[in-house]
Amino acid sequence: MAERTWKTIESGPHPYMEMLHPVCIKNYGKWKYHERPRPGVLKHVAESGDVLYTVRAGTERQDTVDIIRRFCDLADKYCEGHLRWTVRNNVEFMTPDWSSVESLISDLEKLGHPIGGTGPSISAVAHTQGWLHCDIPATDASGAAKSIMDTVYEEYVREEMPNRVKLSTSCCEINCGGQADIAVVIQHTRPPRINHDILANICEMPSTVARCPVAAIRPTTVNGKPSLMVVEEKCIYCGACFGACPAMEINHPEYSKLAIWVGGKNSNARSKPTTMKLVCHGLPNNPPRWPEVNAVMKRILTAYKEGARDWERVGEWIDRIGWKRFFELADLDFDRFLIDNYRHARTSFNTSAHIRF
Amino acid sequence: MSDEKEFQLNPTPHLDELEKGPWPSFISGFKELAKRTGNTMVRGALDQLNYSYETRLGYWKGGVVGVHGYGAGVISRYSMIPDLFPEAKEFHTVRIQPPPGLHYNTKKLRFLCDTWERLGSGLINMHGQTGNLQMIGIGQDNVQEFFDEVNKEGWDLGGAGAVVRTGASCVGPARCDQACNDNLKLHEKMLTYFTDLVHRPQLPYKMKMKFAGCPNDCINSIQRADMSFIGTWRDDIQQDDAEVEKFIDEKGMDYVVNNVITRCPTNAITLEGKKMVIDNKDCVRCMHCLNVMPKALSPGKDRGLTMLLGGKGILKMGNMLGAVIAPFMKCETDEEIEAVIEFVENIIDYWADNALDHERVGEFMERIGMHQFLEDMELDATIEMVNHPRDNPYFKASHDHDPLAKKG
Repeated sequence: MAERTWKTIESGPHPYMEMLHPVCIKNYGKWKYHERPRPGVLKHVAESGDVLYTVRAGTERQDTVDIIRRFCDLADKYCEGHLRWTVRNNVEFMTPDWSSVESLISDLEKLGHPIGGTGPSISAVAHTQGWLHCDIPATDASGAAKSIMDTVYEEYVREEMPNRVKLSTSCCEINCGGQADIAVVIQHTRPPRINHDILANICEMPSTVARCPVAAIRPTTVNGKPSLMVVEEKCIYCGACFGACPAMEINHPEYSKLAIWVGGKNSNARSKPTTMKLVCHGLPNNPPRWPEVNAVMKRILTAYKEGARDWERVGEWIDRIGWKRFFELADLDFDRFLIDNYRHARTSFNTSAHIRF
Repeated sequence: MSDEKEFQLNPTPHLDELEKGPWPSFISGFKELAKRTGNTMVRGALDQLNYSYETRLGYWKGGVVGVHGYGAGVISRYSMIPDLFPEAKEFHTVRIQPPPGLHYNTKKLRFLCDTWERLGSGLINMHGQTGNLQMIGIGQDNVQEFFDEVNKEGWDLGGAGAVVRTGASCVGPARCDQACNDNLKLHEKMLTYFTDLVHRPQLPYKMKMKFAGCPNDCINSIQRADMSFIGTWRDDIQQDDAEVEKFIDEKGMDYVVNNVITRCPTNAITLEGKKMVIDNKDCVRCMHCLNVMPKALSPGKDRGLTMLLGGKGILKMGNMLGAVIAPFMKCETDEEIEAVIEFVENIIDYWADNALDHERVGEFMERIGMHQFLEDMELDATIEMVNHPRDNPYFKASHDHDPLAKKG
């Protein structure tokens, strides 16, 4: 590397006002109300009377400089050089001019970007890196997300769900994809395979032992070398050790399965935020299209769309109809693995005579 | 790269399936970029990804790559099978802190793109799950130069590992009528204050902060952040009676009863004809009625934030939602913002001094117990911290506690 001439400035995040749209700066903190003139478009009205339209579009999320430059071209053309992203990887263009909204929609659609993700729609999948870039993934996330969004595309561009639906996918049980109304997460089905030849050289053993949530890892000696062993009766196949120690391979093409979780809710609206609950496990990790996962997801979404009342999120809908009916409507089996067996499991037990027949 | 001959990609039959269907295809994007630039690293990454799809396994391993003076911010990735895919044998990620609220201008973005195309793969992830701009795919030899170039334009690296992580904010008061707190400003001030802790791992484990403008929590802070800052208000909801009446006329009484009145979680709303009467003492600031009727109802004027602590994902003790640690803090003036930052710093210091390795703050609190935490932090217990008072008698009661004396 050439000799450095630049002295780093530890600047942290950019100043928050620096890149805002001028209408946002003028009306900062002085917005009065909002409406949704059509799916994918928001209208914000300020106390000053200023109006700002937002066009929201779906993206690849794994973007390229070409994709981003095309977004910049549109932002230069219609939005005075400003644009933003949402938490769920949608891109947003803001303009005070309604005729620009129509042109933006047309230009974005020509580029292949769907307009939607607002109001009671299915927004884009929040997802992890997967095989593209992660060091511990059992599946790919970008591909699964693409397949899911192809399946639910019509619900992204419309606002016909009972309430908003947030999806996520995760490539290991750490679940970086996060809580969601419906989530697809890896579930391993056997203990890690330990490579004793290299373990002592590449792993910090005490921190690997400490990483296990059920204290199933113990020091041992194999062929005269220090190593680790897993008490298989205790192991819950979570893969936490693999993150600490690459010699404890948890991933497997067949034994790493996919599970579906439902009812996570981040918002405080109506009910308190909730975590998602396991409703299906053992689905095959079947790239490039994951049809089995898609089919179950679709069944759940169809039942929700048909059965939920306006403003009920997936979890709130299930709260009303009960889990028993949910499993019937989604055509899913309940088995003993869906009963929690970890800490505080009893807080999820039915301590009442409330039974639906 | 040869000018005469078109840059050829290798067959990627598994990935090609992901070019079908209506949703934008990242594979098509990757291929377009590789063909245009002739960047062999992108071709190698496509090849290895296709191999992952074929064998259903991942092939990246970590290592140590960084920039001068920092201990975090670059995620190193080396191929485990460089003999098969030598073009992507190095494929590191540079995490860059985005502007609060993910508000960009094209000048800054184009500069990033141009620099990234010159020194890296040209692949950018917008955004990572913590909120970073993730510049995916660069060789070790170019990392420092890339960082220096973008740092000149005001971009700084994000967090990775046992540090204060890159912050994340919703759209905020820049465009939202429901934002009750200047979360973008707080985000900037907070992360700037903790810059040293973002760049140099000195903590037991990661510390994530998310800043939400209102309790709708579009940034997912309660579920995803160790520290969740949520805008709220403590006076009455602002009502525009004329707009309420108009809403009822337009939507019909059935709609208002079924979707607003009966959906209030604390039954705080009643109707008197076409007038809504909100008992604000019962309102828990859930946002539902404001979401349904944004033109008629607005948050109150006495605004601040509620802070929750201890939210986290699965590792290691299972997921936890954040729990209230401060029911209401004013956060408008510089002094108020400084007080919030000081409060946060005290928590971080205490956690850093006492937590185990790899123990998130929520797990730490669970281990030592809330009593110890409150005592050491010199915090008063408040009823907002719990759903209900304890339902078991197992505690070390104090013999000189006089409940009657306190009433006076």
